[in-house]
Amino acid sequence: MTKSSLKSKDSETALAPTSRPASRLRSKHLLGIEELSPEEIVLILDTAEAMREIAERPIKKVPTLRGRTVVNLFFEPSTRTRTSFEVAEKRLSADTLNVAIATSSVVKGETLVDTALNLEAMSPDMIVLRHAASGACHLLARVCRSRIINAGDGMHEHPTQALLDAFTIRQHKGRLAGLKVAIVGDLLHSRVLRSNVLLLTRLGADVWLCGPPTLIPTGIERLGVHVTPAVDEAVADADVIMLLRIQLERMEGGFFPSLREYFQVFGMTEERVRRARPDAIIMHPGPMNRGVEIASEVADGPYSVILEQVANGVAVRMAVLYLLAGGIDDEAAA
Amino acid sequence: MKRLLKGGRVLDPASGVDGDYDVLIEADRVLRVERGLPADDDVRVIEVPRGFVIVPGLIDMHVHLREPGQEHKETIATGTASAVAGGFTAVACMPNTSPVNDNAGVTQFMLNKAAESGLARVYPIGAVTRGSKGEQLADLAELHAAGCVGVSDDGHPVRTALIMRRALEYTSMLKMPVIDHCEDPSLKGDGVAHEGFHAAALGLRGIPGAAEEIMVARDVTLAGMTGGHVHIAHMSAKGSLRAVRHGKEQGFAVTCEVAPHHFTLTDEALHRPVQYDTNVKMNPPLRDATDVAALLEGLADGSIDAIATDHAPHHADEKLVEFDRAPFGIVGLETCVPLALDRLVHTERISLRRFVELLSVNPARILRRPGGALAPGSVADITVIAPDARVTIHARALRSKSKNTPFDGWELRGAPAATIVGGRTVFTNPAVTGSAVFA
Amino acid sequence: MPVVMDADRMGRTLTRIAHEIVERNRGLDELALVGIRSRGEHLALRLASRLQEITGRPVPTGALDITLYRDDLMRHAVGPQPLVRRTEIPFSIDDKVILLVDDVLYTGRTIRAALDALIDFGRPKAIQLIAFVDRGHRELPIKADYVGKNLPTSRRESVQVRLEEVDGHDEVLVEVEGQ
Repeated sequence: MTKSSLKSKDSETALAPTSRPASRLRSKHLLGIEELSPEEIVLILDTAEAMREIAERPIKKVPTLRGRTVVNLFFEPSTRTRTSFEVAEKRLSADTLNVAIATSSVVKGETLVDTALNLEAMSPDMIVLRHAASGACHLLARVCRSRIINAGDGMHEHPTQALLDAFTIRQHKGRLAGLKVAIVGDLLHSRVLRSNVLLLTRLGADVWLCGPPTLIPTGIERLGVHVTPAVDEAVADADVIMLLRIQLERMEGGFFPSLREYFQVFGMTEERVRRARPDAIIMHPGPMNRGVEIASEVADGPYSVILEQVANGVAVRMAVLYLLAGGIDDEAAA
Repeated sequence: MKRLLKGGRVLDPASGVDGDYDVLIEADRVLRVERGLPADDDVRVIEVPRGFVIVPGLIDMHVHLREPGQEHKETIATGTASAVAGGFTAVACMPNTSPVNDNAGVTQFMLNKAAESGLARVYPIGAVTRGSKGEQLADLAELHAAGCVGVSDDGHPVRTALIMRRALEYTSMLKMPVIDHCEDPSLKGDGVAHEGFHAAALGLRGIPGAAEEIMVARDVTLAGMTGGHVHIAHMSAKGSLRAVRHGKEQGFAVTCEVAPHHFTLTDEALHRPVQYDTNVKMNPPLRDATDVAALLEGLADGSIDAIATDHAPHHADEKLVEFDRAPFGIVGLETCVPLALDRLVHTERISLRRFVELLSVNPARILRRPGGALAPGSVADITVIAPDARVTIHARALRSKSKNTPFDGWELRGAPAATIVGGRTVFTNPAVTGSAVFA
Repeated sequence: MPVVMDADRMGRTLTRIAHEIVERNRGLDELALVGIRSRGEHLALRLASRLQEITGRPVPTGALDITLYRDDLMRHAVGPQPLVRRTEIPFSIDDKVILLVDDVLYTGRTIRAALDALIDFGRPKAIQLIAFVDRGHRELPIKADYVGKNLPTSRRESVQVRLEEVDGHDEVLVEVEGQ
């Protein structure tokens, strides 16, 4: 896409009028979008642009992280995110180690801290952590030496998802500033939501959140978003519609009466999509519940970029791994 | 052997004394409180440094001493050492030990341990229901006879309105309060932090203030209906204070306490200085600025009766986990007086006299224990306060076995200088007392 | 800051290199230019246009980003992490004679990284190196096939090649560290 590569040339050779482009990430971890400045976000997206091209080569590999060990420490089952990270790590020639921990709230076993410290004894360079508790990555960042990448912590953040979403939007729209982005679904329990809200508002998008009042987090308007239970209002003239997964357990928790009713009131149908702009794109972090948050025709329709999101995930994760890896040797020597 | 505390300011709200007086102590009693008492040969003189204030011994009516059963967190010995280091001459300890203090045997065990340590007085609070399970009343009269000063199922609310009613009716004959940890379990759910913007942003399940308010309203109504005395433990929400005020206006026997962390911190502490610090996880949680403002008002205008720390020690390993999994609670015995002096008295929100009411006079009255007064003939439980001493809180230096406090590094003005129980000096803080000898 | 080459001189040097390329390479159809980002890329484009003027035939031109192949990536505690840009080689390099273009040849490590990168793209018939400025101090056994200007320098100096496309004007400067 010419627009994006032009953008990266500009950020390297000329100072932008209002802010200096970032040339590195300040933190040695990626715990969330919260800690990233707009310039750092743009740096990651620009770097991902270059990483995308590697997927188009015959040999989809560069030697950048050769000899480095990355541990994928997943306390929650996840095929999509884990394989995406794994492909990203392998494309950068890193050695990957997948550790899947089946947790049960009843069985106490080893603490998270002890598990991580035991792994650290084998000197990984980075730990990619997915965990059911919000703040798990912050805890590890305090006790571990390795760089920590958040692959999803409880209901808190899923930064690489928001980054790949932003990358996808930028591919199609050329920018994020000024776009109307509607996010519909279980807002309360979604870490994808929190990361996306932070990123989109930071880059100047106009964000509209929509869902049943029972699933709207208290005080979320303070993040600079519109909140409405009326889906028609949310998607009116939207440039981007993002759907969030509805989980069956929410029904059992009394958040809404039935999946059928949810679909009737909030489900993204073709009719609802028509209220958005004609060139609107439909996004979903996956996995989808067809017929609950999104109608099949919409998921498979011409506006859907859901599969592109998955492809972009690898490039974005490669960018994050690359940008966080700088300085590892100097720190080890110190 | 008589001892004479000479040169300090004496503040005894119960008798209206406030000024420069000398205090003569013999054995375990206060003999005289007058100006210019002579230093006879059989009297040891203690020169009280200029500016220090002598008040009736402070009483913390809500602590967890963890013994029997959880001695890795705290013992009665270490807990009472922490208490006197905090300026407290007496503490009331909660029954959620292992086993629960729902019978005279456990009560007696606690009293024996306290006597062995010989530091702060310990007033056990017994359980309302057997095992605090909320099903059947415990033997409340036996508990009272064994030495309990109140009953509580702390850790849990008294489970049903019916049981609360029966408990209030029954204890009215025994003249002791039912102390309730007010929260509606269904609204609390598996919440871990105050339901508000900060919990929402951090992805933490919320506990709304209404969960507490609803139970407080229930208990106030039942107190009115039965004539029994309900004491609201660790009150945190503005709505709860409204309900308490209403009950008091109606003449119901309702009292309440507030912990220092609830009037000095808000839920913003979840975010700053550090995110997900498990040392800001307690139940009830830190609430928002409007709740704190309401509590400060209540402390000043008399709607709130007491300050009590809810001292809840936990081992460092237990707190070094994900926020969701960490146990609720922080220690408080050694941070209470500096926080109250710095944030309430020095900011002129309350007077020093009111400080003594909140930390001595009222707790003694609510628990119907001797104390809270310095008049001749009273037991010589005395706290000497240095209101202008500058101290820095160091978690590592706390005498409690556990160091789970969010106040590490805080610089505060005001500290206890010496603690005297039954005429014996059980604690002095040399950093504050300087060369003065209080023994 | 002494200017060692002005725009005019630079232009003539590029023309001379283009003629050398034609002179040394029998099969002009096999040639392809790959410039190392970022300034090597523009030099490659200029050479391509000169070659086309001389031979009448267009020469496929691509741009190579070698950041991910560098051997010093993990050591940048002080400096910023180099920004990665896309590699754009829109043709197959198999059986081609690749003319690799760089603005300044110094230690040779950049060229080593570029060779690694190119090998991942295919199997060229040969690779020839065009260095617009060779400033000496090689740390690896790398030699340029075509040199615009030999410029002996000390390690404290740095050579800056400025190009119209990037910097607004053409010139080559030698700067001493600290100035």
